Amino acid sequence: MRIELQKRAQPSPLFSFVSPLLALVLTLFFGGIMFWMLGKQPVDALYSFFVEPLLEVWSLHELAVKAAPLILIGVGLSICYRSNNWNIGAEGQFTIGAITGSILPVLYPEWHSLMILPLMLVMGMIGGALYAGIPALLKTRFNTNEILTSLMLVYIAQLYLDWLVRGPWRDPQGYNFPQTKSFVPEAVLPEILDSGRAHLAIVFALVAAVALWFMMRFMLKGFEVTVLGQSERAGRFAGFSAKRMVWFSMLLSGALAGLAGISEVSGSIGHVQPTISPGYGFTAIIVAFLGRLNPLGIIASGFVLALTYLGGEAAQLSIGISEKVSRVFQGLLLFFVLSCDTLIHYRIKIVTQKLRGGAAHHA
Amino acid sequence: MTVSEGPAVSPLLSVRGLTKYFGNFAACSGIDLDIAPGEIHALLGENGAGKSTLVKMLFGILEPSGGEILSSGQAVVIRSPSEARSFGIGMVFQHFSLFEALTVGENIALSLDPKFSLPRISDEAARLSHKYGLPLDPKAHVADLSVGERQRIEIVRALLQNPKLIILDEPTSVLTPQEADRLFETLLKLKTEGRSVLYISHRLEEVRRICDRATVLRHGKVTGRCDPRQETPASLARMMVGADVAGVSRGTSSELGDVLIEVTDLSVPARTPFAVSLRAIDMQVRAGEVLAIAGVAGNGQGELFDVLSGEYTVPENDAIRIRGKAVGTVGINARRMLGAGFVPEERHGHAAVSEMSLSDNLLLARSQPDRRSFLSGGVLSIVRHSSVRSAAKRICEDMDVRKSGDDPSAGSLSGGNLQKFIVGRELDRQPAVLVVNQPTWGVDAGAASRIRQALVDLARSGSAVVVISQDLDEIFEVATKVSVISEGRLSPSFAAHELSLEQIGLMMGGIHDSTHSEASHAH
Repeated sequence: MRIELQKRAQPSPLFSFVSPLLALVLTLFFGGIMFWMLGKQPVDALYSFFVEPLLEVWSLHELAVKAAPLILIGVGLSICYRSNNWNIGAEGQFTIGAITGSILPVLYPEWHSLMILPLMLVMGMIGGALYAGIPALLKTRFNTNEILTSLMLVYIAQLYLDWLVRGPWRDPQGYNFPQTKSFVPEAVLPEILDSGRAHLAIVFALVAAVALWFMMRFMLKGFEVTVLGQSERAGRFAGFSAKRMVWFSMLLSGALAGLAGISEVSGSIGHVQPTISPGYGFTAIIVAFLGRLNPLGIIASGFVLALTYLGGEAAQLSIGISEKVSRVFQGLLLFFVLSCDTLIHYRIKIVTQKLRGGAAHHA
Repeated sequence: MTVSEGPAVSPLLSVRGLTKYFGNFAACSGIDLDIAPGEIHALLGENGAGKSTLVKMLFGILEPSGGEILSSGQAVVIRSPSEARSFGIGMVFQHFSLFEALTVGENIALSLDPKFSLPRISDEAARLSHKYGLPLDPKAHVADLSVGERQRIEIVRALLQNPKLIILDEPTSVLTPQEADRLFETLLKLKTEGRSVLYISHRLEEVRRICDRATVLRHGKVTGRCDPRQETPASLARMMVGADVAGVSRGTSSELGDVLIEVTDLSVPARTPFAVSLRAIDMQVRAGEVLAIAGVAGNGQGELFDVLSGEYTVPENDAIRIRGKAVGTVGINARRMLGAGFVPEERHGHAAVSEMSLSDNLLLARSQPDRRSFLSGGVLSIVRHSSVRSAAKRICEDMDVRKSGDDPSAGSLSGGNLQKFIVGRELDRQPAVLVVNQPTWGVDAGAASRIRQALVDLARSGSAVVVISQDLDEIFEVATKVSVISEGRLSPSFAAHELSLEQIGLMMGGIHDSTHSEASHAH
C-alpha cells in the first residue's frame, strides 16, 4: 500500500481563499490538544494565548512592535519567492542590517544630529542588501543553491554580532555586559503614539507592503517577477533576465530585512546586544506563505504571527508554560498552511497494490 | 453519419458512451468505438477534439466520468498504465519519456519489472527490434540517437509487453518521409500478426494509406466513421473540422524587396552537452520571401531560433542583421523594436506562460515594442491593463481564437487556439521580419491552414518570413525558398518549386553532398 498525491483538474476557488483560515483553525485545534496534554484547560489556555494580548492598549502596541519586522521581512521574501529565488537567510540580513545601521551611534556616540537616524536607516538597508548580495553573486556566477548559502550565512552573521558586542563594540562602562553603549536620543526611532512602545517601524512595514503590492499589481516590474517565477524561458522570450531578477529580489529582500534589523535595534532595544531577534527572519517565511505571497495578505499574517510571540509570553506568565510554545504554534501553522495548499492542488489517493501471483507470465 | 456495418469478429476493445468532464467542460462525451483484432484504426480530429483525452482513458491515465470500456466483451476498469498493459494495451506517446544519458537497454529496463536482468532485456529488445524492422543497438546512448531511433525505443518498449493493441499518438510528426515509410512497414507487420493499432494522426494522406477504418472526433463527440481508403483528404478534413479546409492560396509572387534579415558565417558553440552547435550559417531573406528551414528535430533548429531571436546573443555583432542593422549582440526586445517578431516552438513555458491570462501573455512579447500604448507612468512602467486587454481581444477576433471566458489562462486553450493567439500576437504588429519555429506543430488542420495563410499573406505584404519546420507539406504550402538544416549546418537555399519531397527528405537525412555542387544557383 502506498499513498499518492494526484493533481486535481481544477483547484476549488473557494478553498483557495479559505485555506489560510482553515490552517488557523486547525492550528488552534491541535494547539488545544497540546495544552490539554500538558494538563491545562485548553479553552482557558487558548484564551490567554490568543485573546488576552488583544485586550489592552499596551499589548496592542507590543503587537505592532513585533509585527513590524515580520511584515517588513515577509513582503521582501514574497517578492523573492514569487520570482523563484529562495532566500532563507533573512535572519542573517536582519542581523547585518542591525550592525551596519548601528555603526554611527556606536562608534560616534557623541554625534548629535537630526541626520543620524536617516543615515542609520540607509546604512542598515545597504548592509542587509549587501549581505543578501553574497548568495545572489554565488548563484549568478557559480550556480550555487541560494537556499543553502543564504541559510549558512545566517550563522556567520549571528556569530559576527556576538563577537562584536563581546569585543570591539562592548561598552567600556557596561560592567562587562556584552552590549554596546545605549544610543543617543537622536538615534532612537521615535514612537508613534504616547500610549505605548509602537515606533515608526510599523509605518515602514505598512508603506513597504502597500508599495510592493502596487508594484506586483500594476507595474511591469511585478509582471517581470511573476513571469520569471513561472518560467525562466518565457521570461527570456519577454526580454527579462533571470540573473538580474536574482539580484533584484535578493537585494530588495535583503534591504528590507536590514531595515527591519536597524529599526528593531534603534526602536525597540536602544543598543546592540548578542540576541536582537527572536527568529523574526525565519518566522517571516511563515508570514510570507500564510499571506499567500501577497503583500496585503502579509500585513494580516504578520499580525497573526506577532500574536503567537505575544501569546507565548502571556502564556508563560499566566498559565506557567514555556514561551517556547509559541515556536510550536508557528510550526503547526506553517505545517497546516503548506498542507492545506497542497490538498487544494492535489487529492490523496491510497493505492492498494495486490501482489499479483502471475506477474511473470505476461512480461 | 453512423455506419453500423461493424466488424464481423467480436471487437478486441470497445468503448461505450465514454465521457470525461473537466469541471463543466466535456472533453469527451458519449464516445462509442470498436477496435477489431488485426486492424489499424485511425483516430482523427482537430486539436482539442478529445483524442488525447480518449486515449488517456484507454491507457488508464485519466479516469472516465461515465461510460464503459470493454476488453474482449468484458467490462473492465483501467486504473493505471500498468493495468492497461495487463489488458494487453501498449502506448507510444507523442513526447518521449527517455533518459538521454542512459543507454537504449537501460531505458527499456526502467519501464519493466525489476526482476529481469539488463542483458536479458537487451537481448530480447534487440531480437524484437530486428523482427519488426526497427533496428536498435541496446548499448547506444539515447543522446546520440535521432528522433526516429528514439521513437523505435518507445515502440520496442511497448512491444516487449506483448500487447494486443498498440496506441500511437502522432507518430510521424517527428519523422522524415523515409523513416515514416519504415514505421508503416512495422505497423503492417503488427497487423498481419493479428495485433491492432490505434493510430492518431493529423496527416490525412498517411491515414488513407495504412488505416483500415477511421473514427473522427470533433468537440468531444464522434462525428464520423469511415473507411479512409474510400475518402479523399478533403472529405476527411471536412469531417474533422466540420467545414471545408481552405487551401493556402499563394497568389502570384510579388516583387522581391530589400534583404530584411541576413546571417553571415555564424558559428555558435553548443551551450549544453545535449545541444547542437551551429556551424557557418549563412542566410538571406528578402521582403516578400518565405524561407522555410526543413530538418529533422534536434539538428539545431532550436539553437538557430535562439540566436535569431536574440534570446541568446552572439559575440559578433555583424553576424546577424535585421533591416540592415547589425544586431548580433543585442537582445530580443531591441530586435523587436527594429520590427522583428518571433514565435518559438514550445507554446507552454516559452511562447506563453500557461498559468497567466491571454492579455498577460500578450504583454509578454509586446511590453517593449508597444510601450507607448501598453505602459504609462514613465519610469514606474505601469501596465495599462485595459489597453492590453482590448488588444488581446482584437487578436482573438482576428485569428478566430476559441476560448471560454473573456481573458482565460493560456493553459486552458487547446494547442491550436493558443498557437493562433501566439502567431496573432506577432502578426498584429505587422512585423517586417517574422521568425517562426514549427508554426503548426500539434495544431489541428483548421488552425494550421489559417496560420499558414497568415504567414504567406504577411510575406506578400512586404515582410520577410523565416519558417523553421519539420512538416514538409507545410513547407511546400508556404515557402518561396527552402534550406535544410542538418547537424547544425544550413544548406544553401533552393527555390521551392525546383525541389521535390524526396530531395528534401534525403537532405534532411543528412545526405546533402549532391547539393553542394548546386549551391551557386541559390539566387
